[in-house]
Amino acid sequence: MDFSFTDEQSMLRDSVASYLADHYDFDTRRASINSADGWRPAVWKAFAEDLGILGASFSEDHGGLGGGATEVMVVMEEFGKALVVEPYLGTVVIGGGFLKHGAPAGAADLIGKIIEGKATFAFAYAEPQGRYNLSDLKTTATRKGAGYVLNGMKSVVVGAPWASHLIVTARTGGGQREAQGVSVFVVDKSTAGLITRDYPTVDGRRASEVTFENVSIPADALIGAEGAALPLVEQVVDEAIAATCAESLGVLRRLHEGTLSYTKERKQFGVPIASFQVLQHRMVDMFIQLEQSISMTYMAHIKLGESAAERAKGVSAAKVQIGRACRFVGQNAIQLHGGMGMTDEMAIGHFFKRATMIEGEFGSVDHHLRRYEALSLDKAA
Amino acid sequence: MKSPGISVRPIITLEGGHEVNDVFLDNVKVPVENRIYHENQGWTCAKSLLLHERSGIAGVARSKRGLERLRQMARSELADDTGPLLADPFFKRKVAELEIDLTALEYTELRTLAGESAGKGPGPESSILKIKGTEIQQRLTELTLEAAGHYGAPYLRNAPHNLGAVGPDDAHGVAGAYFNVRKTSIYGGSNEIQRNIIAKVVLGL
Repeated sequence: MDFSFTDEQSMLRDSVASYLADHYDFDTRRASINSADGWRPAVWKAFAEDLGILGASFSEDHGGLGGGATEVMVVMEEFGKALVVEPYLGTVVIGGGFLKHGAPAGAADLIGKIIEGKATFAFAYAEPQGRYNLSDLKTTATRKGAGYVLNGMKSVVVGAPWASHLIVTARTGGGQREAQGVSVFVVDKSTAGLITRDYPTVDGRRASEVTFENVSIPADALIGAEGAALPLVEQVVDEAIAATCAESLGVLRRLHEGTLSYTKERKQFGVPIASFQVLQHRMVDMFIQLEQSISMTYMAHIKLGESAAERAKGVSAAKVQIGRACRFVGQNAIQLHGGMGMTDEMAIGHFFKRATMIEGEFGSVDHHLRRYEALSLDKAA
Repeated sequence: MKSPGISVRPIITLEGGHEVNDVFLDNVKVPVENRIYHENQGWTCAKSLLLHERSGIAGVARSKRGLERLRQMARSELADDTGPLLADPFFKRKVAELEIDLTALEYTELRTLAGESAGKGPGPESSILKIKGTEIQQRLTELTLEAAGHYGAPYLRNAPHNLGAVGPDDAHGVAGAYFNVRKTSIYGGSNEIQRNIIAKVVLGL
């Protein structure tokens, strides 16, 4: 198999890496996440205008550069290395994904705005009772006149404070956990009755609790088929998971490299602690976890283009590996840094916090093990 | 701490708390009567005290309370499909395993204490208490963070009062606790050092 990147993809990686090296060092990031806004619109503008990465994964028909999931993977891995908080995943991968695959009436216009950096998206899907089950929805969308009325509440909507639009899953029919009856809408965040309560997250992002109180939206806000959008939601979430796996590679690489260099410098009993065999083996195990995660991320990206069942199985398998790697590599990076690893002033703890959040994003290890088991057993039966 | 020459610089830990500091001693004058134990034998004195510290770090009672809180939380949190998280076969198995691990630690500690009341001081086996006790505390915070689901992510330490409730109360601060408790396998002699002590002193390797 050929796992090499094209020249264009390598150039994309280099240009993102070089921009982040100049504009996204640890102290600059710290100042930005602690600021009132919590992100830098100027960086977003540069992503759109100087780097052109917001359009890298859209077709040329949509005004993009004609790439796809591999371009997303390249960008996300570099973002992981710098702990970028700007809402690329929510906007390009999730917002863009729904617009591409669901192709609602206004898709071309909104994709154009995404590419120009003028529309940002957040994905309002989780509900307080639903854990990681995408169809466990109490939020309702009721037909009224020419449109719909939304009522309900969404939990921990990452990036919502920075978003111009939300992608919202809601029930147009069916029971609370039924597959049938799930619909998806694109909602302008300034719509009356849409209330957000914003707060920071432990990994330096911003999120909102979002409440819908009789929010009237037009009929063309619907993405995909009414009441039959769960397969679309699963597809886009699988793409988002694959992208998050790619981000985790950047995070894991930094955790591993940082630990190697620290243990080579830090001396105890008159020698660098990297000379102790027990720590060497630990770092080898971290390295194995990293390499297995790279392999699984590539595998998941290949499976994105296959049948829904193959795609889901591949993505869940990758997320299980990545969830475990994030925990093992993250915890041991802190352990091997000793007391220094516990301080807020060292970057290593910030990579650990991001790795920990990735473990649970779009489903924990248990959730994806269960999903994988179900898909494997169905096939065997 | 009011003696001239002492200065303190707060160290913020990764979860955002302040419980440790750099303490600088710059020509601080200390009267002879403040010296503890004999001159040049401070480490002997400290080592003996550290044996007690290690049994204290085990924190069996604290972990029992934590486990009970985890059970409570897993009764009210819902699983992916239906029913409480504590009925989820994946999750309840992990809770049971942790409880068994904690029971083993409790009885190891009771054996140590029985030895102490028979006049024997805490021996090198107290390193076992430190290793297992801290591993259990860390595992407890892992499972609590897992139980919180999406609500593990909010960072509400400096949240404004008018924000209102964000998720269930028992999910608050669980990620911070998970991050903070990583310290336990580092402080009091890292768990790697504890294993060296057991290898050398107990096993004679």
